[in-house]
Amino acid sequence: MDFYLATLVQGLCFSGVALGIFISMKIFNIPDITTGGSYTLGGAVTGMMLTHNHSAYTVLLVVIVAGAISGAITGVIHTKLKINALLAGIIVMTGLYSINLTVMGRSNIPLNNIPTLFSLINISSNPNQNTFLVLLLFVLLLTLIIGYLLKTDFGISMRATGSSETMIRALGVNTDAMKIIGLAIANALTAVSGYLITQSQGYADINMGVSIVIVGLGSVVIAEVFINWLHITSIWLSLSLALLGAIAFEFAVAVTLDLGVDATLLQLVTAIFVLLIVGLPRLSFKTSS
Amino acid sequence: MIDIKQAHKIFNKGKANQVNAINGVDLHIDSKEFVVIVGSNGSGKTTLLNLVAGSVLPSSGSISIDGNDVTKLPDYKRSEWIARVFQNPLSGTASDLSILDNFRLAAIRTKVKGLSVGINEQFKKQVKDKIATLGMGLENKLEQPMGTLSGGQRQALTLLMSVMDTCQVLLLDEPTAALDPHSAKVVMETADKLIKDFNLTAILITHNLKDAFTYGTRIIQMGEGKILKDMPSEKEAALKQNDLFDWFG
Repeated sequence: MDFYLATLVQGLCFSGVALGIFISMKIFNIPDITTGGSYTLGGAVTGMMLTHNHSAYTVLLVVIVAGAISGAITGVIHTKLKINALLAGIIVMTGLYSINLTVMGRSNIPLNNIPTLFSLINISSNPNQNTFLVLLLFVLLLTLIIGYLLKTDFGISMRATGSSETMIRALGVNTDAMKIIGLAIANALTAVSGYLITQSQGYADINMGVSIVIVGLGSVVIAEVFINWLHITSIWLSLSLALLGAIAFEFAVAVTLDLGVDATLLQLVTAIFVLLIVGLPRLSFKTSS
Repeated sequence: MIDIKQAHKIFNKGKANQVNAINGVDLHIDSKEFVVIVGSNGSGKTTLLNLVAGSVLPSSGSISIDGNDVTKLPDYKRSEWIARVFQNPLSGTASDLSILDNFRLAAIRTKVKGLSVGINEQFKKQVKDKIATLGMGLENKLEQPMGTLSGGQRQALTLLMSVMDTCQVLLLDEPTAALDPHSAKVVMETADKLIKDFNLTAILITHNLKDAFTYGTRIIQMGEGKILKDMPSEKEAALKQNDLFDWFG
């Protein structure tokens, strides 16, 4: 596949993670590490079910439910047992590793010649372009749904929960329930990313979620730089920026590899890249003020 | 309207740092009464208000609002009757949301927050007209995030938000403590006007004895978790401001 198209496809696949982290981190102010586990869970369920001849649509529903449940568990641990969100996420992510391995039955499931979402829908005769177009439509639809949700009365309550808990409780919202639902939505989106990437790369792997949190964080941080810089308040623009962040992030990584950086150092490069995006604005802030 | 019977609240029970915040309070507040609570720091005023609001549940005793036993009801379920204004202007409004979003949430305080978009042109106009009554020039900044406004503006808007939906009880916890004298005056006058216009039952906690003297129909002094003095409206008129200072003597 063409280098740039492949990167673009990868970036689009990660849009679920970007939207998920946007919801957990930007809207609820909760650093959610469940992401690594729920992403792999999405991939594991996809790999297992597709090889058992289930249709890609049925698989999508199961993936959403599975992701939502894992997020809700983190939410319950965090709100009801009053355990730090980071720790709650780590607990669930650790537990999910075994669940994922059980679902898959082995550490890697290849999807050779098995019909996927990208072969079910035919827009273009070129399979690579077809994958890209299907993904684009899928991501567009996903963003429309989430964007609409955040505009509704329920969505405003969600955003207020992350902004001022005292206020929204006084206005009749059960903030614990709201956080549990929010984390469920975030992890359902993350699992959808696992679903997409498994079908696009043609296999599910038990270790696919290792650095996924950083991808989501990187995307949202890139988006945040622009949101703060341009004083963006529109939900649609913020969500779009998170998606563009995911694509930009993938391009940055791909270009680094293309420049001849050893693939062994990929994670280090990714980490430093995120550190740079997060750190640079603060450094320049200090010298100017 | 509000009935508190033999309420006790003990924090950290059985530990070295045990605090008996409320020590057997009996209080009946009639509908449309405007009660002002004064008392030194640690006298239990805020805990009493939180017991009414439900953000703190009593260790023993019972609380009822409008004939409903709410003793075990959490704060978010008591919003059916109660609207609140907090001491910290940041607590009563959501900084990251626009003024309009904040008002939308306030307008559905007693209702289900559903999956439909509630903000339309009609709602915008309604909010705009309401905010214009404050005369702060905020009616043309509906899309602006709440966080860009001053503390005084936010407290005034929080007050307006409390009457966006049906409201019976208004709880004001030192609403002017963080404000400059001018903003404080505007906020207190707005509160007083809303309480009269909407026939609200109100409880105000204040350290400002002038406010305690000026506003309200009944004045209560608290100390060590108990009600020390309780003056109904007719006696309050005879009360001199200096007498209030003597209470703290």
